[in-house]
Amino acid sequence: MKDKTLKSNLITYGMVIAAYIVVQILLTTGNLSSLFKGLLVPLCVYAVLAVSLNLVVGISGELSLGHAGFMCVGAFASAFFSKCMQNIITISGLRFFLAILVGAAVAAVFGVLIGIPVLRLRGDYLAIVTLAFGEIIKNVINIFYIGIDSNGFHMSITDQFSMGMEPTGTMIITGPQGITGTPKDSTFTAGIILVLITLFIVLNLINSRDGRAIKSIRDNRIAAESIGINITKYKLMAFTVSAALAGAAGALYAHNLAALQASKFNFNTSILVLVFVVLGGIGNIRGSVIAAVILTALPEMLRFLSDYRMLIYAIVLIVMMLFNWAPKALEWRERYLGRFFKKTVKEGK
Amino acid sequence: MKKFVKAASAVLAASMVLSTTAFADATYKIGGIGPVTGPASAYGTAVMNAAQIAVDEINEAGGVNGYQLEFNPQDDEHDAEKSVNAYNTLKDWGMQMLLGTVTTNPCIAVSAEAAADNLFLLTPSASSEQAISAGDNEFQVCFTDPAQGTASAQYIGEHELASKVAVIYNSSDAYSAGIYATFRAEAENQPFEIVGGDLAFTDDSKTDFSAQIQAAKDAGAELVFMPFYYNEASIVFTQAASMDYSPIWFGVDGMDGILTVEGFDTSLAEGVMLLTPFSADAEDDLTKNFVAKYQEQFGEVPNQFAADAYDGIYALKAGLEKSGVSAEADFTEISDALKAAFTEIEVEGLTGVMTWTADGHVSKTPKAVVIENGAYKGL
Repeated sequence: MKDKTLKSNLITYGMVIAAYIVVQILLTTGNLSSLFKGLLVPLCVYAVLAVSLNLVVGISGELSLGHAGFMCVGAFASAFFSKCMQNIITISGLRFFLAILVGAAVAAVFGVLIGIPVLRLRGDYLAIVTLAFGEIIKNVINIFYIGIDSNGFHMSITDQFSMGMEPTGTMIITGPQGITGTPKDSTFTAGIILVLITLFIVLNLINSRDGRAIKSIRDNRIAAESIGINITKYKLMAFTVSAALAGAAGALYAHNLAALQASKFNFNTSILVLVFVVLGGIGNIRGSVIAAVILTALPEMLRFLSDYRMLIYAIVLIVMMLFNWAPKALEWRERYLGRFFKKTVKEGK
Repeated sequence: MKKFVKAASAVLAASMVLSTTAFADATYKIGGIGPVTGPASAYGTAVMNAAQIAVDEINEAGGVNGYQLEFNPQDDEHDAEKSVNAYNTLKDWGMQMLLGTVTTNPCIAVSAEAAADNLFLLTPSASSEQAISAGDNEFQVCFTDPAQGTASAQYIGEHELASKVAVIYNSSDAYSAGIYATFRAEAENQPFEIVGGDLAFTDDSKTDFSAQIQAAKDAGAELVFMPFYYNEASIVFTQAASMDYSPIWFGVDGMDGILTVEGFDTSLAEGVMLLTPFSADAEDDLTKNFVAKYQEQFGEVPNQFAADAYDGIYALKAGLEKSGVSAEADFTEISDALKAAFTEIEVEGLTGVMTWTADGHVSKTPKAVVIENGAYKGL
């Protein structure tokens, strides 16, 4: 039992490291297209997001629809930090490392704050409330105007004129237009390290004593409670860890693009991440990584279809969902492909 | 992950095949980025259509410097991340210059990439300062927001149109908020005051304006300045009419297109004043020819986005001719050549006579027009 888990985890880590090596070889030999070079960091971002959401949806068994909210908090907190520290910490690697920590920490705080009321609910009710909190985060960040001049920080929640800034001051957050000009610190290596750390945290948590407690709450709340497991504590633990990791992913995202807007982190993004989790398999961490990579790269690879791109993407998504998870498709796969891919099919279940 | 690598190699192989065939006969490769799907698709589609018309015209007339032009439009869904992906896709295609991106926020993200690569970027319609501030290889066809806000405030002040002015604007749109910022700054020097407080709306709340209209009405505004696009403006006019409020309406170039909104009673737009570089009803041959072609091919009256894109392609042509750079040159050489040429050229287009400064700003004169009997009339 123990060995099987270890083996499965090693395969997951190995897969990520192998992908990194392959990409590095392609990069050094100059065989990687610009599109893929540009996609490398987003792929890591979405992989981290999918894994972190899987911790809540798959392991803790709570349907959360507000994951983009935590990503948003992490993205803005870290970008804010980097903008302020741009001239103070000039070593980009160190600044970025600190920015990720800031993003994760702020998102974790929000995770706790939101988790306390939200986790009193169950099932569908919880899903709707997380959705609402995600939108609240987005809209609150939308109204902030923060600038800096020689007198220090100025803040307003109406518009940038009421801040009374000196003309030489610079805006850091411009309300709904967000933050522009964040230093481009995200690299593929940093992204892969973040993916590995995320996998390490989540896989270890799942297979620890705490993880078993979390899973027991998911499987039978009453039984878990009756043997003395503190339900609130363990649920909050999963929720907060997940929020912190989403915040770190947000930091990676924010430092990859020169334009960051809160409107990007609406419920569409939350649903997108949920799709990764569902397609990859609820509770299946490796599946989340694979699904995030495929579904992020797919719409870009379909560009040659021009106008039909998004339509075909949706159809491919439906077909993939059916092939992976329809009971009949599972049966068919077992019968015909089972001979060749016995292992993969078993582990996928 | 195996699948990913396989797919990656398949795409690589495919792009190699494409690039070898394409390079057999040298052409100028112009990339286009804009939202062709999603909520902002009206703008992206107009730009792509008009750019294609211009490219076809130039190719029919024998091309530029003896080479043909090739235009490749890519969708960005009005999303900064997708826009960078589109940009990278175009780089793989072999793009030598970029006509894009159409909308401002994606343009800020793409301009950072283009500046790092030194790839020439000419945006037809992203009007904020930041959209072209990342490098010296970035130019605009449209007015910058500051120019429009200042010009509007001066026009209202000089003609003494009103003493109390309310401004409704979209705070989530860099275009709208940018014009508002400079309008407000210039208003301090003008003989009118801004009343009604902050009447902002956002992209999430652009279907109901009754609160903003009521506030403007209560504040006694005689003129309402509306620096945003015509789709929202049509709702404002309809709602204001039902609330018995009829101030002077004053718009900017985004208002152009108001007469083409489906299901909109154009009589409500009577008397609307706007500053716009382009009007589809203009009588000159260039405009007539363009409007006729656009209507024939796409069945719509082109808006100002289309006009800017059309002019953008012709500006690229003028720049390429001026510099004489070959189509076989790589994109950094072309960028360096165009950078130098753009400050020297003068292009007479649909949106007026254009010249450029080295920081990428266009200089052209906005025309003030008023809507009378369902058509523009110059002032």
